[in-house]
Amino acid sequence: MVEIKGLHASINGTEILKGLNLSVKAGEIHAIMGPNGAGKSTLASVLAGKEDYEITSGEIMFDGKDLLALSVEDRAREGLFLAFQYPVEIPGVSNVNFLKTAMNEIREYRGLPSLSAKEFLSLVKEKSALVSLDSSLATRAVNEGFSGGEKKRNEIFQMAMLEPKFAILDETDSGLDIDALRIVANGVNALKNSENATLIITHYQRLLDYIVPDFVHVLFDGKIVKTGGKELALELEEKGYDWIKA
Amino acid sequence: MAGYTENDLANDLNQQEYKYGFVSEIASDVVPAGLDENIVRWISEKKNEPDWLLDFRLEAFAVWQSMQEPEWAHVAYQKPDFQAISYYAAPKQSKKYDSWDDVDPEMKATMTKLGISLEEQQRLTGVAVDFVMDSVSVGTSFKAKLAELGIIFCSFSEAVQEHPALVKKHLGTVVPMTDNFYAALNSAVFSDGSFCYIPKGVRCPMELSTYFRINAGGTGQFERTLVVAEEGAYVSYLEGCTAPQRDENQLHAAVVELIALNNSEIKYSTVQNWYPGDKDGKGGVFNFVTKRGLCESHAKISWTQVETGSAVTWKYPSCILKGEGAIGEFYSVAVTNNYQQADTGTKMIHLGKNTKSTIISKGISAGKSQNSYRGLVQIHANADNARNFSQCDSLLMGSECGAHTFPYIECKNAGAQIEHEATTSKIGEDQLFYCQQRGISEEKAISLIVNGYCKEVLNQLPMEFAVEAQKLLSISLEGSVG
Repeated sequence: MVEIKGLHASINGTEILKGLNLSVKAGEIHAIMGPNGAGKSTLASVLAGKEDYEITSGEIMFDGKDLLALSVEDRAREGLFLAFQYPVEIPGVSNVNFLKTAMNEIREYRGLPSLSAKEFLSLVKEKSALVSLDSSLATRAVNEGFSGGEKKRNEIFQMAMLEPKFAILDETDSGLDIDALRIVANGVNALKNSENATLIITHYQRLLDYIVPDFVHVLFDGKIVKTGGKELALELEEKGYDWIKA
Repeated sequence: MAGYTENDLANDLNQQEYKYGFVSEIASDVVPAGLDENIVRWISEKKNEPDWLLDFRLEAFAVWQSMQEPEWAHVAYQKPDFQAISYYAAPKQSKKYDSWDDVDPEMKATMTKLGISLEEQQRLTGVAVDFVMDSVSVGTSFKAKLAELGIIFCSFSEAVQEHPALVKKHLGTVVPMTDNFYAALNSAVFSDGSFCYIPKGVRCPMELSTYFRINAGGTGQFERTLVVAEEGAYVSYLEGCTAPQRDENQLHAAVVELIALNNSEIKYSTVQNWYPGDKDGKGGVFNFVTKRGLCESHAKISWTQVETGSAVTWKYPSCILKGEGAIGEFYSVAVTNNYQQADTGTKMIHLGKNTKSTIISKGISAGKSQNSYRGLVQIHANADNARNFSQCDSLLMGSECGAHTFPYIECKNAGAQIEHEATTSKIGEDQLFYCQQRGISEEKAISLIVNGYCKEVLNQLPMEFAVEAQKLLSISLEGSVG
């Protein structure tokens, strides 16, 4: 579903990604781990299309399309979703209005009719239950006054609503207590099917106790230096990242 | 707003130019350009006015001649040549219509283009519309229904003929002709406008709505609006404005007076989208308006305005909180783009005890525009326990525009409580990126963020108006980012 080949990306002239290769197939969950500054969040931003980064070489194919040629919104409409590490607040815009706008834009792109208010609201009800999101949060302004945990759950709620083909979770576990972590993980697991794929970017192994990845990759100095199964995460937890660097 | 939002918006967003920029080919009865005593007399005679009103006009004209155009506002523009303006333009067909079917089809088409066909309004929305094109009110609906309740809602000229005592009693009592340069000019040459009277204890069952529109080229529009709410009465009044696209600068100098007697309430909402000039700042309406309301004991006046149009705006809807426990509110969204300039705000004059005022002002500047909030909160010595809360927010889009805040506070009573909050922000790239990552286009994201920013004000508008205001905001800000 996603093929990244020889990806080089830099910001303000500093190269962050230095020839990254990654292949993700439908139905798979991949985890990317690595020390601070390895380029984990850069990868997420580049995939989503953040303008600050310059792609100097390499290619990314998404479902047979050249991802780098698509605008930020078209990537989203093609089914790419990024759960942000730091979700922004949009004062005065209700979560529901925000999501309805997003869904209808995506549906229009795909040639589908808009959802009726009734269909939409029943979907909100169903999906917010998935991440135990209080229904009052749905009517509040996007992320405004949300606690750290609520923001992260709201990201997964949005993911559930938009049903992406490829979801990237950027440090979704950071700042979550064990209960919230479990709720978020359950949500992600419930959304998993044979047609979609998930990329989990994380610093710690902890989230992987709840979401079991098919592959674990270690990102170091802008490249994937090691790939393994779930046991690699445990090994990293035990030994730290130094043995990779050596 | 569930039903409305985004698809309608998409259509509107396709229209890059001023949406209301068409000129109706209706023969107008236009007085030659220039202003002297004879013109004032001519207007008064044309309108078959009583002597007291002619005297009022002549006195105002004399006052105006002795005054200077104000220069303290934060705006720069080529001063209008007051001798080059025609002070009266009425559609030529001046006979009264017996039924809606008799109305000039061209005029109906104009209204349809404005999206406010009277027929439709009557049938669908229950809004009574008094449609003022150029200077004469051409259609007043629902009058019969309102009359049953003793409510008078008609054109100003008609009120002068039918209810002279009421007009004479209240005209100029809130905005005296000596108030300022434009108010004096308006008092001398006002052509028409609206009059609204709600008797004691009556709650007006529908929103009263007037559309103003400047049609003929080179004419100024000087409307006069007078709203009187007797004791315990309630009325919600809507005013919408558009002007066709023209190269020259048109002058609009209106006066609005509201009188809220004991325990009454007046809600006055404006959506103003006069032609703002083109992308290079050529043309556009000069909007120099004096709006003021008087609140007697426990009365409430609430001004809500969404200002997206005009090349230059100079406007301060104000409240004189005279009686004990009177309440004044001002909710404003002012958008400027390209070369537009707005200097707008309010004055809250606290005279009575326990008076309360709230000011919520949201300025949005884009392009090379300048947007200023200017407000005065004045607490007089007798106004024990007076309270004011002001919030002035500015949103900047791009780096060539300006936002300015000029809050004045004068307090002569130590027991008063005054709060002022102000913020300035930019539409965050992070916010835009977040929206776009969810599949929302940049234009729509901006509209979403801006509407969210203005929500406190838009929420004050009646439903139909709020929808129109949202669309206007998006249209006004098109292409202003990136």
